[in-house]
Amino acid sequence: MKKFWALFFWFWPLVALYVCLIAPGRNWWFPSKPLSTLGHQIDGLFYLILIIVTVTFVGTEFALGYALWKSAVSEPGKKAWFSHGSHKLEIVWTIVPAFVLVFISLTQLDVLADIRVLSRFPESVKEAPVAEVMARQFEWRIRYPKPGTELMTSPQPGDLYFVNEVHVPAAVPTMINLRTQDVQHAFFVPRLRVKQDAVPGLIIPVWFEIEEAGDYELLCAELCGWGHYKMKARIVAESPEGVSAYLTRLEREQNEDGVQEAETASVK
Amino acid sequence: MATITPAVETHGHEHDHAHGHHEQTFIQKYVFSTDHKVIGIQFLITTLLMLMVGGALALAVRWQLAFPWENMPIVGKLFGVFQGEGGQISPEFYTMLFTMHASVMIFLVIIPVLAGAFGNFLIPLQIGADDMAFPVLNMLSYWFMWPAMFCFGYSFIAGGATAGPANGWTSYPVLSDIASASPSSGEAQTWWLFGLTLVGVSSMMGSVNYMTTIINMRAPGMTLFRMPLTIWSMFITAILQAFALPVLTAAGFMLVFDRLHTLLPTSIHSVFFVPAGLVVNNAAPTVGGGQPLLWQHLFWFYSHPAVYIMLLPAMGMVSDMLACMCRKPVFGYKPMVYSMAAIAGLGFIVWGHHMFTSGMNPALGMTFMTSTMMIALPSAIKVFNWIGTIWDGNIQFNAVFLNCAAFVALFIVGGLSGIFMAAVPVDIYFHDTYFIVAHFHYVLFGATLFGVFAGVQFWFPKMFGRQMHDGVQKVHFVLTFIGMNGTFFPMHLLGIAGMPRRYADPYLHGYLEHLLPMNQFMTISAIVMGFAQFLLLGNFFYSMFYGKKVGRNPWGANGLEWSAPSPPGHGNFDVPPVCYRGPYEYSGPEAVALGQDFILQTTAPPAGVKVAAGHH
Repeated sequence: MKKFWALFFWFWPLVALYVCLIAPGRNWWFPSKPLSTLGHQIDGLFYLILIIVTVTFVGTEFALGYALWKSAVSEPGKKAWFSHGSHKLEIVWTIVPAFVLVFISLTQLDVLADIRVLSRFPESVKEAPVAEVMARQFEWRIRYPKPGTELMTSPQPGDLYFVNEVHVPAAVPTMINLRTQDVQHAFFVPRLRVKQDAVPGLIIPVWFEIEEAGDYELLCAELCGWGHYKMKARIVAESPEGVSAYLTRLEREQNEDGVQEAETASVK
Repeated sequence: MATITPAVETHGHEHDHAHGHHEQTFIQKYVFSTDHKVIGIQFLITTLLMLMVGGALALAVRWQLAFPWENMPIVGKLFGVFQGEGGQISPEFYTMLFTMHASVMIFLVIIPVLAGAFGNFLIPLQIGADDMAFPVLNMLSYWFMWPAMFCFGYSFIAGGATAGPANGWTSYPVLSDIASASPSSGEAQTWWLFGLTLVGVSSMMGSVNYMTTIINMRAPGMTLFRMPLTIWSMFITAILQAFALPVLTAAGFMLVFDRLHTLLPTSIHSVFFVPAGLVVNNAAPTVGGGQPLLWQHLFWFYSHPAVYIMLLPAMGMVSDMLACMCRKPVFGYKPMVYSMAAIAGLGFIVWGHHMFTSGMNPALGMTFMTSTMMIALPSAIKVFNWIGTIWDGNIQFNAVFLNCAAFVALFIVGGLSGIFMAAVPVDIYFHDTYFIVAHFHYVLFGATLFGVFAGVQFWFPKMFGRQMHDGVQKVHFVLTFIGMNGTFFPMHLLGIAGMPRRYADPYLHGYLEHLLPMNQFMTISAIVMGFAQFLLLGNFFYSMFYGKKVGRNPWGANGLEWSAPSPPGHGNFDVPPVCYRGPYEYSGPEAVALGQDFILQTTAPPAGVKVAAGHH
């Protein structure tokens, strides 16, 4: 019976490892490879930590199971090892993990700065955000500047509006201004590994460079009420020409007033 | 400083029965008792029952995630409550479910069971005192839980049954601040805050009592480094409570003042957390001037130390139990003490790791990341020392040991998953996904709760003079272990897949649809795990009356509590205890000389033998 318990404590970590090994194959893993430049760095750091953590997990769980096994197979009533500890071991298993942890944190600092620190954003994006994404219960309201102008903090005549769909250029560093009209929300694009809370009263710049054209799910990642789960939206990444064409079409549709006039500029 | 506790009759207590054997009424003896043992058992029974309430709420969450929008079993037809939704869980009801699941589990189960139940019961017994320093305050700390529970419960009536508090246990403004933000943000949220404040009062009373008792009332010879790790953990936890809780209370008052006008229209209306110009759900634009992030800082300044409050006592207790069940000393007693102190100290400077995506200054992100990484170090040291404690031991493979081994095994998982989240760039992806949910359930359930299961069985004989049935506990252990891992391990994968938290229907989003079967598996595991708890409850209550009777020291343990009768009478010890050695001298030369593998801390050494003072 004792051996059963020792094997029990060896068995379950093996099951856990097995599940993690088969997980990517069964799509119980990242929704896709990271499709933004920052996303690659995030995944890289994830895998680095995963290796360190897996080694530690295997080592400690094996040692724990072995300690059980050792006692289970020894003669019953064998006197326990009367030891209060080992100073040397304490030093070793303090210094080694400390180094590993400091190492992990140092490798993260650069990436963190690239993502968050305004002065390290690519020059091109700092000039102007392509859109303002205003979160609201329970939708995403997008405001583009009038084509040819810069996005202003307050709405301008000529600004273009849409809901739940953001068109941005692919393969170009892009920045949006994230705001919220009411409560906290969060701008989460899983395939790009982008996440930023939208805080009432703040305008937060979020930058990313999407590598491939396509559609990317955008969802809310901060509890914002009963409709938190249904703030479904998408980011459409296309060529800069495609974005221009979209905005032109949007402008035309927005200024449509039903009057059919050939060649006339629309009434604003 | 230690006081000698004289024999049973005369004490420093200046209340009703200070004179000899006064017959107490039932109410005095069992209801409004000032005896720490009774209060500890009151806390234990209350929290075990609240565990089932919190668990039921969780099962409802799991139901929705496995069978979205299908009628709830059993309660779906409950008259009046779900009629409007036709027996389904509505989206706003779902937000209430996870809010109250967390609120109940954190504030009405884990914190009270560790500090209130075990802290109360064990502290005087393990240090050789006759009771707590402030017995009346102790009694109040238990009875303040009931108004707190009333407030949490009343919030459902105030808000309407499907609009109980529903803004997350984290209660972030502006959602929790402005009444128009959600159906639950009216009166329900205010009552929730009252409940929270009352729980805080109860905790604060306990904390003051424990610190004073441990510092002042130790038996002669019980130096600080001869205290069991349980006492060290309770002491350090009490310090954490004392320093962190006032911040939450202050934040809670600020939020109440922001909201009080919904309850009492002509009262105060502050805007601590509300910026100007917000239009929430088409209400009038807010007047504002406040900062939502302020709440997050204040809340997490308490709630991060709170998670260590919810862990450290279990760590201390598990150390005691492992030493006893392996018949050998704790490996590295002083490093264990210093690690707990380091966890507590560092615990005060890591709160920002809950806010990495919040929009706070990124420089803070860097500092909090470093301190958060460092806090993994003392936890790792403790894990190595537990393995060292078990190593080469003469293991008693009973359910107490199995639950403690599970504590170590599952704490390893919880601790390691924390490292991913400590790394800010990686946390940007994992924040508010199920990866976080996996992490904290491994440390709170996998570690703390398994430690509680072990502790209940281990100290049951001291509480009731009888033993719980070990076989039933072993079945409970296997079912709970398998169920727990089946429920929570896949959550790591769900987090990697990008499944957000707090979603009533994640499958609305195409990239998450394929995760439904996994969620169904998890729900079934959760149901198994939930029903297994009835084994624990049944064993507990049955054994209280019909369990096998045992004497003072059925486990052959060393602590002072095992020198008292089972259960101890009023005043605890029939012979005033004197402490001669450390708490873990199992299988040492002194024990062997007596022909056993244990020796009570209170056993006087043979005349002429010098016992080393303090602990090496």
